[in-house]
Amino acid sequence: MMSFFIYKAILVIAVFGIMLLAAMYSTYLERKVAAFIQDRVGPNRAGPFGILQPLADGIKMFMKEEIIPEVANKTLFIIGPCIAMLTAIMAGVVIPWGGELVINGVPYVLQIIDFDFGLLYVFGVVSLGVYGIMIGGWASNNKFSLLGAIRASAQMISYEIAMGLSIIALIMMTGTLSLREIVDFQAGGTGGTWNFWNVVYQPLGFLLFLVCSFAECNRTPFDLPESETELVGGYHTEYSSMKLGFYLFAEYINMFISSAVIATLYFGGTNFPFMNDLGLSANAITILGTMAFFVKIAFFVFFYMWVRWTLPRFRYDQLMYLGWRVLIPLAIANVAITGLVMILTDRI
Amino acid sequence: MKSLTGRSKVMENPKMTFLERIYLPAIVGGITITLRHLFRRKATIRYPEQKRTFSPVYRGMHVLKRDDNGAERCTACGLCAVACPAEAITMTAAERNPGEEKLYREEKYAATYEINMLRCIFCGLCEEACPKEAIFLTDRLVSTDYARDGFIYGKDKLVEPVDQRVDVSKRQTPDVLEFKKVRHYRHNR
Repeated sequence: MMSFFIYKAILVIAVFGIMLLAAMYSTYLERKVAAFIQDRVGPNRAGPFGILQPLADGIKMFMKEEIIPEVANKTLFIIGPCIAMLTAIMAGVVIPWGGELVINGVPYVLQIIDFDFGLLYVFGVVSLGVYGIMIGGWASNNKFSLLGAIRASAQMISYEIAMGLSIIALIMMTGTLSLREIVDFQAGGTGGTWNFWNVVYQPLGFLLFLVCSFAECNRTPFDLPESETELVGGYHTEYSSMKLGFYLFAEYINMFISSAVIATLYFGGTNFPFMNDLGLSANAITILGTMAFFVKIAFFVFFYMWVRWTLPRFRYDQLMYLGWRVLIPLAIANVAITGLVMILTDRI
Repeated sequence: MKSLTGRSKVMENPKMTFLERIYLPAIVGGITITLRHLFRRKATIRYPEQKRTFSPVYRGMHVLKRDDNGAERCTACGLCAVACPAEAITMTAAERNPGEEKLYREEKYAATYEINMLRCIFCGLCEEACPKEAIFLTDRLVSTDYARDGFIYGKDKLVEPVDQRVDVSKRQTPDVLEFKKVRHYRHNR
């Protein structure tokens, strides 16, 4: 029993640390990608290639003066960024970071908890994230912040529906809500054990999910809650110091988590092609699988940035039009088509 | 109705086609363009380590030359001040006293000589106007300052030190010397 707790504690701390580290270096990567796309070199002064830049930024954030506006609701003002950060980190609990590691005959699964309803849990926690933004924007007692917060909540609620509907088709196919079982469903090999990644069966569902995840993470082209050009800084206009840092950090953690979810649901999670044909031991496959998983996550994090520095922002009415009149009907059609194909091919 | 000039055009706002309306082809086109830029050579010059190469005839901060014996060439004739389109140059002339032959080449010299670097447009007309080959623009940069006063450069900054001669051979090529001898240009007379 004791060893169980120690193993879970190590896992929790490792996942926590990895997520924070990933968020830190996402800020660095974002600046580098932005610079490279614009034919610049980006941060290159702090350490070789500027890799100490996130540390410098972190120290700067801590050293900055902490300002709470006179008219702000102080309690909520402080709770806002905490909720944003908490909900961002909580989603990492159910992500299957790897398969089974067998050490001294005891199997250790590289996943903190494998809920039967893991996917629902992810959705629940991620949609709680909007409370962080709403509370922060409302408590600031600032028009721009409030506008940003209202936009954020409207946007998140709209796109959550399309996102949930796009997932339903996937759940119909796999017949489970457990993220681990969805990953196992996509395990690759040759001959009889060959399974394609879900993206092959659900291209439209993947596309819808991807677009919605951009909106959920408040990334360009859906970054209306922040939109510097219109709303000063959006919901975090009044925030300074590490509270601002928490909001920015939460955004990057959200990005990391949604990349992980996309990789898990549609791109095989910890599976990689021909994994059962290399003649490797189970532990080696687990470690390689975890590495493959992180490569997939890194690609999607890069993809988020790549799109951000390519596309302009949607207008607000375009955003709502896209969410309600395009994505939701498409998602329903996707569910219907998936059901039809499943009946016709006797896969129920 | 026909317009008067016949040049006016009726603007159309054509309806977007299906492919245009779903945005995706345009988005794919956009991200391939940015992907190409990702691997393109960067335009940045990493300044303190790398320095930009100047054109051989770069026009930067001025220098007031001395002759081979170390005497100032400038005679305070004022032609540079007249030629200056930005009116950046002022000077006061003075007469050379006996015993100062080592310092000033001719009987008249510039007691003060000031160029306002904020007015100067670095056109090089002062250099063209100078009949004594005294003022040249060099490839040195005018450094920044916090106050406007600091940009009025006097003789202390403009006259070249005796032991640290400033090379102006890039701007004083044989062609230029030949050009200065052509009499029918007004400033060479």
